[in-house]
Amino acid sequence: MIRKTPELAERSNMRQLFKMVLAGCLAGSLMTGAAMAAADGKSEAVTPTSKDHPLEEIWSGYHFAKKGTKETQDNEFDNPGNLWLEQGMELWSKVDGDEKKSCQSCHNDAAKSMKGVGTRYPIFFPPWKKLINLEQRINLCRTKQMKAKAYKWKSNELLGLTIFVSRQSLGMPAAVVLDDKTKPFWEKGKAHYYKRRGQLDMSCAHCHQANYGKKIRSNTLTQGQANGFPTYRLKWGKPGSIQRRFKGCNKQVRAKPYKMGSDEYVNLEHYVRWRGQGLPIETPSVRP
Amino acid sequence: MKAIKTGLSLLMLAGLTIVASQTAFAAEAAMMKLEISDGPAIKSIKKSLTGKTGDPAKGENMMANRKKGNCFACHVISSLAKKAAKNPKKYSDMGDIGPPLDGVAGRYTEGELRALLVNAKLAFPDTIMPGFYRTKGFTRVKGKFKGKTVLKAQEVEDILSLLVTFK
Repeated sequence: MIRKTPELAERSNMRQLFKMVLAGCLAGSLMTGAAMAAADGKSEAVTPTSKDHPLEEIWSGYHFAKKGTKETQDNEFDNPGNLWLEQGMELWSKVDGDEKKSCQSCHNDAAKSMKGVGTRYPIFFPPWKKLINLEQRINLCRTKQMKAKAYKWKSNELLGLTIFVSRQSLGMPAAVVLDDKTKPFWEKGKAHYYKRRGQLDMSCAHCHQANYGKKIRSNTLTQGQANGFPTYRLKWGKPGSIQRRFKGCNKQVRAKPYKMGSDEYVNLEHYVRWRGQGLPIETPSVRP
Repeated sequence: MKAIKTGLSLLMLAGLTIVASQTAFAAEAAMMKLEISDGPAIKSIKKSLTGKTGDPAKGENMMANRKKGNCFACHVISSLAKKAAKNPKKYSDMGDIGPPLDGVAGRYTEGELRALLVNAKLAFPDTIMPGFYRTKGFTRVKGKFKGKTVLKAQEVEDILSLLVTFK
């Protein structure tokens, strides 16, 4: 039974709005605020390019957020995640570790060297013979190249640097690689996604595929997309990684979570980011 | 008599571990003499899980309680939603994932409703709805919930006693 929920109605309204605005632009009208919001890709659905993609329309979590939350994200001065972005920018050129290096020592200008990086991680990493995600890649640079200590998962430093690196792909479409090398891990991530778990016996798909846009108590279910991560989550009062969010979801269905950076969650991250193919990188997004 | 009843309840808690597979479910349930029969569309558990009738007032609390039934997470119940003005924290924010429960007693028999509460997957294999009275067939249950049912048998009966009034 498919009922037209307010969210579904809003979705079609947004589509209408987008089309109208687009037509307006083509006709040479002035860009309105609404047009700018739609034109950045966050408010409009993306059509999957892969065959057999489970979703007909791919939506950023931005779409499901309340107006005020969207405004907070979009305002450079109001978005609290930007404090971490700035910290990450400072860390980029800060010398640390026994090798007396900074990220900049090897990678120079992040705007050039890191452009696109946030769209494609997790990647297959030959030395590990498995996937590596962005946080792990940053920490590996620190321990191997800089001879510095790895940052903790929830540390402001790792969040800041991850946001800063991903931010260099702002607005670029998410595009993790699905090829012969990554496929086996993608498959594991997919199996994880569809597996019921916990005492409440739900899979990721039960909320984020079958029921997105609907209300669970006062919260609107999203598609669980990762393009805004690390996200500034109002509930956390600070940014957090998609790995942290996985833990939270697992706990909510009363399942034993895996560790952040575990093979299970990195594979899941790859699969989830594949589900969000084409969505613009938004970090640091703001979410409830 | 009381001792027998307590013993029976204990037995049920230990043994009425409704598992995912229908055959195993039926076999186990038959063992517990729960008289499960195929209804026209869905399974039915005709007898009370505790032998007692439920308390609708308690059932209402169970339905609202986020750590218990939390029925409001997914279902609208119009008659209860009207109370939202008086106690918004408890009654507001009813979700729309599942069908509204208005008139649910007209759609299902008491036995069917009980079976749906116990394990809705027996009727709807793909449903998001948790089974509220089963302990087996799960994956990676978090420590403190291991081996436990979401609701106690009497709590299921309490909710049921309210559901059957939604005609």
